[in-house]
Amino acid sequence: MDFMVFQYPMITVQACLDGLLLGILFALIAYGMALQWGVMNIINIAQGDLVILGGYIAYFMYLYGIHPAWGVIVSPIIMYFVGVGIYKLVINKVVDRDLFISILATFGISILFMQLMNFAFGADVVLANSGYGTTMLFDNNVTLPNSKIFSAFVSIVFAICLVIYMKKSKLGRAIRATAQNARAAKILGVDTEKVYAATFGINAALCGVAGALISITFTIHPYMGLPYTIRSFMIVIVAGLGNLPGVAMSGMGLGVFEEFADYILGTEFRIGSVFLLLVLILVYRRFKLSRKREYLK
Amino acid sequence: MNKNILLYTAILIFGLAAPFVFPAFKVQLSILCVLIVLAITWNIQGGEMGYNTFGNILFYGLGMYLCASVQVGMFFPLAEWTESGGEKTFVHTPAQFFQGMAAGLVVAAVVPTIVAGLIGYAILGLRGHYFAICTLGLGVAAGEISGGIEIIGAGQGFTTPPFPNVGGLEARGEFFYFLSFGALILTFLAVRSIYSTRFKLILNAIRDNEDKAEAMGIETMKYKIIGWMVSAFFCGLAGGIMGGLVGYIDSTDVAFDGREMGVFMVLMAILGGKGTLWGPVIGATVFHIFKEGFWTFFLGWQYVALGILIVVIVIYFPEGIMGWLREKYPERFGETIDEADRKAQVELK
Repeated sequence: MDFMVFQYPMITVQACLDGLLLGILFALIAYGMALQWGVMNIINIAQGDLVILGGYIAYFMYLYGIHPAWGVIVSPIIMYFVGVGIYKLVINKVVDRDLFISILATFGISILFMQLMNFAFGADVVLANSGYGTTMLFDNNVTLPNSKIFSAFVSIVFAICLVIYMKKSKLGRAIRATAQNARAAKILGVDTEKVYAATFGINAALCGVAGALISITFTIHPYMGLPYTIRSFMIVIVAGLGNLPGVAMSGMGLGVFEEFADYILGTEFRIGSVFLLLVLILVYRRFKLSRKREYLK
Repeated sequence: MNKNILLYTAILIFGLAAPFVFPAFKVQLSILCVLIVLAITWNIQGGEMGYNTFGNILFYGLGMYLCASVQVGMFFPLAEWTESGGEKTFVHTPAQFFQGMAAGLVVAAVVPTIVAGLIGYAILGLRGHYFAICTLGLGVAAGEISGGIEIIGAGQGFTTPPFPNVGGLEARGEFFYFLSFGALILTFLAVRSIYSTRFKLILNAIRDNEDKAEAMGIETMKYKIIGWMVSAFFCGLAGGIMGGLVGYIDSTDVAFDGREMGVFMVLMAILGGKGTLWGPVIGATVFHIFKEGFWTFFLGWQYVALGILIVVIVIYFPEGIMGWLREKYPERFGETIDEADRKAQVELK
């Protein structure tokens, strides 16, 4: 245990800023999850692995001498087609079935992806160096890598673009209609199959953006996917489906929580504390709802 | 009925003779026994009760650590043991080893049961996919946290006491084989007798419609917790045996191995057929044979195969082998396997 946090206020500031910038990234991933959960009623355990795959695309561009920031553009385009491919192969067969089937099927995809990435890219922890330098604040007591600021900025831009797209475009309207009532949408001439594929593709593309940003800001590793899935799941159940400001807020809250857990408990308990927090949140909500004899649906 | 007794006798004779007939496969057969136990325990939860859990790995890993810790801690200081790593400064005498193992297995079975009872009230109130994800989180959290605790070896792992030098070269394999085979028989008989009582019907009622079951006056929460405790008991026992068998415990690769054992138990039960007595047994056997074949011939690609296997089984074969057999040979099915069980199920339907 390390109580430096309380003795040196600058560490608190540092942790808060790191957490907020990190949390915006989490919120972007969680938004993708909320989208496909709301539209297709599927919980995608492979979400985190899509993120890591997106990260490797940016990393490869970096290896071939292209600045990894371009990954933010390239990775979602590739990931969109990966997402549509996964939908056509697997997800379309589990859309209307029991949720546990979809959890297990995507768990299988997650294991598959992990191992394929392990073969393709090796088991090393890698990062794409953006060379953006750092910003010093408060008499050099707080250091902020510019790449983190860049990633937060890009996430916000993408989130805003997506919200506008969902509101204005024809496909966005179709997606929202399908989320509200798939059968009615079908009757009114919406090709739900296409909408589902597009939704999963958009989700994968968002994961690709987040992954590219993570490869610049943090590190990526083939087996690091599951924590991102759990984080986004947690953010979605705290914020609720289709509540974008809520997703952003709880994402940032989670980021700050993680940074503090890192400082106070130690880095080795960081992932563990995320998973424990998930359990605690679920149990808290269960007890809160059980007073009214209800349960999480 | 006669056929049943014949079948059981045949399996028992095969089980007792197997280590001497196939001496090279002793370890594989022991692992198979443990896998069957795990599949049966998962089936109590996921098959009969309808609470699909990814978290039974928690009890398995807990049992593994507890058994080894008790076995060492009864005679030597635990911290120094784990610190010395592979090079042992302490050696168990045969008597100490077996006493420690016995005490360790008791603790490994009892403590997870208590843990299941304690957390059950909080967690079993969740339903469906929330329960699944929550238990997934529990299993991973347990692995991450145990990987940070110094006294049980933290990241470098925990070497369990080596088998004492008694009874020749084959003794270790035979000891662990009969231990796991014994655990398998114990589990199977216990679960079989549980399934012949009203308790099983209550579990099925919870699976089919929990709200209705509650409205009928069944204290669902009580039975859910008891069901989870039963499965935690045997899960912990299996973990304790597996720890001794493997000889080395690592937090995320052996004990709380959600990517392997945690998925295997789900997959085996689904492959064999959820909600049947024999399904997990058949599923685990088929799965183990398949897995060993793949692990041997396609080394490195095993997880790819596992991932594809999960997807294929879940999408195209969710009823499992037993479900498929039941559909194909309804009459023969009842006669060869378990008449009473089938009749009860048919009447229920």
